[in-house]
Amino acid sequence: MLDTTYNVETPEGIDLRARAAGPVPRILAYAVDVFYRSLILAAIGLALLFAGVAGIGIWLVCAFLLEWFYPVFFEVLRRGQTPGKKAFGLMVVNDNLTPVSWGASFVRNLLRFADFMPFAYATGVISMALGRHFQRLGDLAAGTLVVYREEEKAPVALPDSTPLPPPQNLQQADQQALVSLLERHDDLSEARQRELANLLEPMTRKRDNEALAYLRSVGSWLLGGRG
Amino acid sequence: MKQRDFENRYRDSWDQLEAWLRADSNKAETAVLDLPAAYRSLCQQLAMAKERQYTNRLIDHLNQLVMSAHHRVYRQETLRRKGWLHYLLAGFPQAVRANSRAVILASALFLLPGLILGIGTYNNDALVYAVMSPEQVMGFESMYDPGNRVLGRERDSDTDLFMFGFYIKNNIGIAFRTFAGGVLFGLGSIFFLVFNGIYIGAAFGHITRVGFVSTFYPFVIGHGAFELTAIVLAGAAGLILGRSLVDPGQHRRTVALRLASVEAMKIMYGTFLMLVIAAFLEAFWSSSSSTPIALKLGVGTALWLLVFAYFILAGRKEGAASAS
Repeated sequence: MLDTTYNVETPEGIDLRARAAGPVPRILAYAVDVFYRSLILAAIGLALLFAGVAGIGIWLVCAFLLEWFYPVFFEVLRRGQTPGKKAFGLMVVNDNLTPVSWGASFVRNLLRFADFMPFAYATGVISMALGRHFQRLGDLAAGTLVVYREEEKAPVALPDSTPLPPPQNLQQADQQALVSLLERHDDLSEARQRELANLLEPMTRKRDNEALAYLRSVGSWLLGGRG
Repeated sequence: MKQRDFENRYRDSWDQLEAWLRADSNKAETAVLDLPAAYRSLCQQLAMAKERQYTNRLIDHLNQLVMSAHHRVYRQETLRRKGWLHYLLAGFPQAVRANSRAVILASALFLLPGLILGIGTYNNDALVYAVMSPEQVMGFESMYDPGNRVLGRERDSDTDLFMFGFYIKNNIGIAFRTFAGGVLFGLGSIFFLVFNGIYIGAAFGHITRVGFVSTFYPFVIGHGAFELTAIVLAGAAGLILGRSLVDPGQHRRTVALRLASVEAMKIMYGTFLMLVIAAFLEAFWSSSSSTPIALKLGVGTALWLLVFAYFILAGRKEGAASAS
């Protein structure tokens, strides 16, 4: 299938699902990181302005550390997220979806230079485009992957409706459709929901609000509610 | 079982696990939780929810919970049984010896162009200008002119610290690039090794030709022991990466590259340390003009012997012990 889902089977026999992040959010995240890094460097530069020539030396050491180890620090100690990646909801993980380790993070960030060649991360972008999971060369060598961090969604409050038993001949797929209609009551506009409910008029013999309320009641029964 | 009953039955355990995952940072108040057991039963519940085709919302939620718990259960802790000291005393030189072919190839790529350019510039006045611009040559000459009372510029401890920062950023950056270039089928490493060989060889040849021997050699001999070997080792580590792509052997290229990167990093950690030592020596020892030349040459020679002895001898006994 042509999508970005990345599946890993764990030893417990569970398929873990993650979505690999493509070049665009990663470039944006990188831009944010560059911005933060320049900010830090500028701040250090200002602070060391009074330290004279020796201050430049310390600043150069800081610049070196930021250039090569800023991502390593955050990826390992901040759950795979540099500030830029955090801003775009991305995280670095090992390709078995475990947290990235020191060694892997060092490799993927040292090889950043090769991905940058010959200019503006051209090699890295080409490598991402050719691979199945958007891995740049550093990711391939380190066995890492950049995925979206799924945000915790607050459980949706279901609308109040007295559960009603469904008609006898409801197939599995029909049941699922009714339950999702109930679950998505916040995502769809009322008008659209009524429109959908009206499609079932031949079955329900109801229209508009009445039909919608009936379908919600059935859905709530299917979820296990009892009057 | 209807979904609602299922949720009601397990909601408490999910909430408990979620709270535990979130409250990790302040360990004091964390309730005691048997993570592996909680994780296993959660996995079972997710499998059940999928099998019974419960709603996507529930499955997504469980999947997410499983992910976070999975992250916690399978966090990779490096087995620090042996640790850093062991790496320095044995692991690093062992890794270098185990990859002696790459190291020899990298040395050749660095030394042969260096030797050719060195001899060339020593015998031919004009050749150095093929490598460097006239301004560079001028600056270079004035730095090592024995006519200058002090080496390089007038230097105090402030400047030493400045130069330290400069060497850290510049020289270690070069070594890291030499390594990283290796992943482009080895070409990047080869380029940087040859390029540095040419540049350094030309500098050696030219300075020797104009006769600033008494300032130049005492200056470079000390930190050179660490810096030049480190550049070669970084190149060798890069060649290991490149080799895995050119000749992956029995593995797929991605797998071969992964295995090679583990091997190469064993060399790179030590190389990084050597470069820090080199920067330190170059900034605070090599440049001092009060130290007599004989002492500098003596210490420099000793450092070279030390580095070679280290790579040839260190960790041999243990390697033999573990092999038998």
